[in-house]
Amino acid sequence: MLVFFGRRLLVALLVTLTVLTVSFALTRLSGDLAIAIAGPQATEQDIIIIRKAYGLDRPVVVQFVDWVVSAASGDLGRSYIYHEPVARLIKDRLPVTLTLGLTGLLIAMATAIPIGILAAMREGTLFDRGIMMIAVIGQAMPSFWLGLLLIITFGLKLGWLPISGVDEWDGYVLPGIVLAFAAIPAMMRLTRSGMVDALASDYIRTARAKGLSRASIVLKHALRNAAMPVVAVAAVQLGFMLSGSVVIESVFALHGVGYLGWESISKNDFPVVQAVVLFLAVVYIFLTLMADLLNAFLDPRLRTS
Amino acid sequence: MSTLLDVQDLRVRFNTAAEAVRGVSVRVETGETHCLVGESGCGKSVSALAVMGLLAKGGIRTADRLEFAGQDISRLSERQMSRLRGDKIAMIFQEPMTSLNPAYTVGSQMAEVRMRHRGGSKREALDRAAALLGRVGITAPGMRLAQYPHQLSGGLRQRVMIAMALMCDPELLIADEPTTALDVTVQAQILRLLMELQRELGLAILLITHDLGIVARMAHRVSVMYAGKVVESATADSLFAAPTHPYTRGLLDCVPIPGKVARGAPLGSIPGTVPRIPLGFQGCGFRDRCAHADASCATIVPQQTRQPGHAYACRLPAGWVAEPVA
Amino acid sequence: MSIRQIAGTLGAIIVFGVALMAIFAPLLVPHDPFAQDLNLRLVPPSFMDGGQPDHFLGTDQLGRDYFSRLIYGARISMLIGVATVITSGLIGITLGMLGGFLGGRADMVVMFIITCRLSIPLILVALAVVSLVGSSLTVVVLTLGLLLWERFAVVTRTTVMQVRTLDYVSAAWAAGCSRTHILLREILPNIVHHLVVVATLEMAIAILLEAALSFLGLGVPPPLPSWGLMISEAKDYMFFSPWVIMVPGISLFILVLGINFLGDALRDFLGATRDA
Repeated sequence: MLVFFGRRLLVALLVTLTVLTVSFALTRLSGDLAIAIAGPQATEQDIIIIRKAYGLDRPVVVQFVDWVVSAASGDLGRSYIYHEPVARLIKDRLPVTLTLGLTGLLIAMATAIPIGILAAMREGTLFDRGIMMIAVIGQAMPSFWLGLLLIITFGLKLGWLPISGVDEWDGYVLPGIVLAFAAIPAMMRLTRSGMVDALASDYIRTARAKGLSRASIVLKHALRNAAMPVVAVAAVQLGFMLSGSVVIESVFALHGVGYLGWESISKNDFPVVQAVVLFLAVVYIFLTLMADLLNAFLDPRLRTS
Repeated sequence: MSTLLDVQDLRVRFNTAAEAVRGVSVRVETGETHCLVGESGCGKSVSALAVMGLLAKGGIRTADRLEFAGQDISRLSERQMSRLRGDKIAMIFQEPMTSLNPAYTVGSQMAEVRMRHRGGSKREALDRAAALLGRVGITAPGMRLAQYPHQLSGGLRQRVMIAMALMCDPELLIADEPTTALDVTVQAQILRLLMELQRELGLAILLITHDLGIVARMAHRVSVMYAGKVVESATADSLFAAPTHPYTRGLLDCVPIPGKVARGAPLGSIPGTVPRIPLGFQGCGFRDRCAHADASCATIVPQQTRQPGHAYACRLPAGWVAEPVA
Repeated sequence: MSIRQIAGTLGAIIVFGVALMAIFAPLLVPHDPFAQDLNLRLVPPSFMDGGQPDHFLGTDQLGRDYFSRLIYGARISMLIGVATVITSGLIGITLGMLGGFLGGRADMVVMFIITCRLSIPLILVALAVVSLVGSSLTVVVLTLGLLLWERFAVVTRTTVMQVRTLDYVSAAWAAGCSRTHILLREILPNIVHHLVVVATLEMAIAILLEAALSFLGLGVPPPLPSWGLMISEAKDYMFFSPWVIMVPGISLFILVLGINFLGDALRDFLGATRDA
């Protein structure tokens, strides 16, 4: 178990380091940053000044090491636009993105898991096939378009919910639904297939032979075993949701981390872009690591060996 | 002795094309071991699952009579039936490796049976579980209760399954090939354990097996199944002394049974495999593999009695002798 | 026919229909999709109140014929879908074959690369790359191709591992065939049905991603009529003229749905797995 955890941690660190390198390389190799920062009207002189001011005249390797060392100590650089530490910008925007991501995950799980279980219990029936068909249809829905549709319908026509901003809690409802929508099909399929396998297993036959109640058989004996892959996917989906929040946050004008990233890209604010990419990657790596640990905790075969 | 389980003309089908069980009648008396024997695919496991109400999805069961301890269980709802299962009727399976839930401890899986049927605290249930683990020959039962199935060997898991089956003092234990998946030495231990338990607890056992060696050791009564039907039913002594149905004889010729088969005699075999019997099939299911079949076998199968308590389903007279092979 | 077969047939009709539309776009359009007419802005579709028979699906905020733009948009979506699948397929299948066939260290490296790719926030990095390099159709295709290969890699790796141990591969080894021969002539043909199914899934994802990038203003550059860009440009008018986002949105939805239906039907038909 400790060895497993150690190996897993080592891989996570290596992945982080690689992503660090990639996100740095991304902004350096694809063009001259100074020209991009200076903007189209800048003169040759301006560009040289900018290059000096931002330390872009140093060798790339020096810049990289400098960035890695400061990033490791929590200093992600300063924004060119806001003239504020990037770490503080992210910290300020994080609650919005996190609330949005968790809302989405909650809605997705509350929908996908019960429906997945019901579909598995009625495997092969019209209900089951209908649900799977709806999942395929849902997957084809472009999320930003769905967001706009919801804004028109619930925000404008019916006036039930705010269409942008999160001054109140209900501002998270529509974006949360859109975010959940993308995760529901995968989660539902997985819950269903896990439950179908579990319900057909020998230990469920034993549970029935023991005369246990239907609730205990389905919810205690089958679900516990089907839950493991779902937990892993839920963590991965939360990661995707946080990075997918770029689109949703811009549709609903929510000022979260994703919006910050998009804004910085359009304004060539590269320290922020680098940092947001790195931040979202680290969150994802952390979530998958947590999912592995949770699975190890749920599965006694992993826990005790 | 009274009849504990009385099954008359049990039929099971999973689709419209074929019947898996085509009219099985079995009576299990209180406190006796009744063996249901036959080749794999003959419908013996399905019959047992049908009695328990545990058929897989799509399985349809009908029976002229399905009584347990004088109570008609054919019309019980799933909820009523679940009250009986694990309490008065317990069942153990062929695959001890997969029959326990990998996610829960041995103790918790054993305790829940008791708590479901008899109530009481978890503590009491665990105490009983520990006592029963000791009874089935597991050392350090306290420690085993806290372990997960994957930490136990196959033999230990089958002992756990047996102990779990005994949690509510059942009157009938249905054991579906309980030793098939185990090592030979462990097989012998498990069989000995079942015999001891039966003597001690007055338990009736319906033992499903394909192994005539086990039948010879364990059975009081035997029902031989072929292609979804019982073809011969007798006390173990009578069956081994005077096997009458050609299939039973063929089956006995295949296996050496200590003390019952002459040393040095050649072993026989039955040509072919168990056929798939379509719905509406007439006559004897064994006729295509039988050396003694004639035209009448395609239409009727007479039920004959060799002596009281020894019945068989074949046109041949009780004392028929195989013609020497030319 | 079962529901699934009907869906599969429908999917095939949609995909081939859109493909034909894309190929013959210049012959099909009633108007120049780029020609602006500021006197005819936001004309509703001809079947709605105030519509004009000349403009079947109305006009956009610059007075361009919506139907013509929609047909040209099919070109972009199909091109993005096909080109991305080819690029990402080449990368992913190569990596997956290396990992699955060689095993050991090579496989560990491949798995590590896949893990790294999954950790990178897809949309943000795609946006950043397009923004840095400058937006054009080629850049979008290459960016998506370089980012969307991981499913190809995972499925190829898994299936190669399964096939590698089968008897006919052992027989080829015993017959003294070279590694390349075994990989390309013995293994690849036997996993290709899995890859076809992955390709449909990737095509759907690529089309949706391009639309999202264009919607965010960092995909296909205007005035190209990408469906995502059409939604983006029209969204300021959607409150009073909802059809401006409905028309490209529904098109996108139907195309992706068609691809998914086709993918599911192929999976059933070829006996492949889509979830890896």
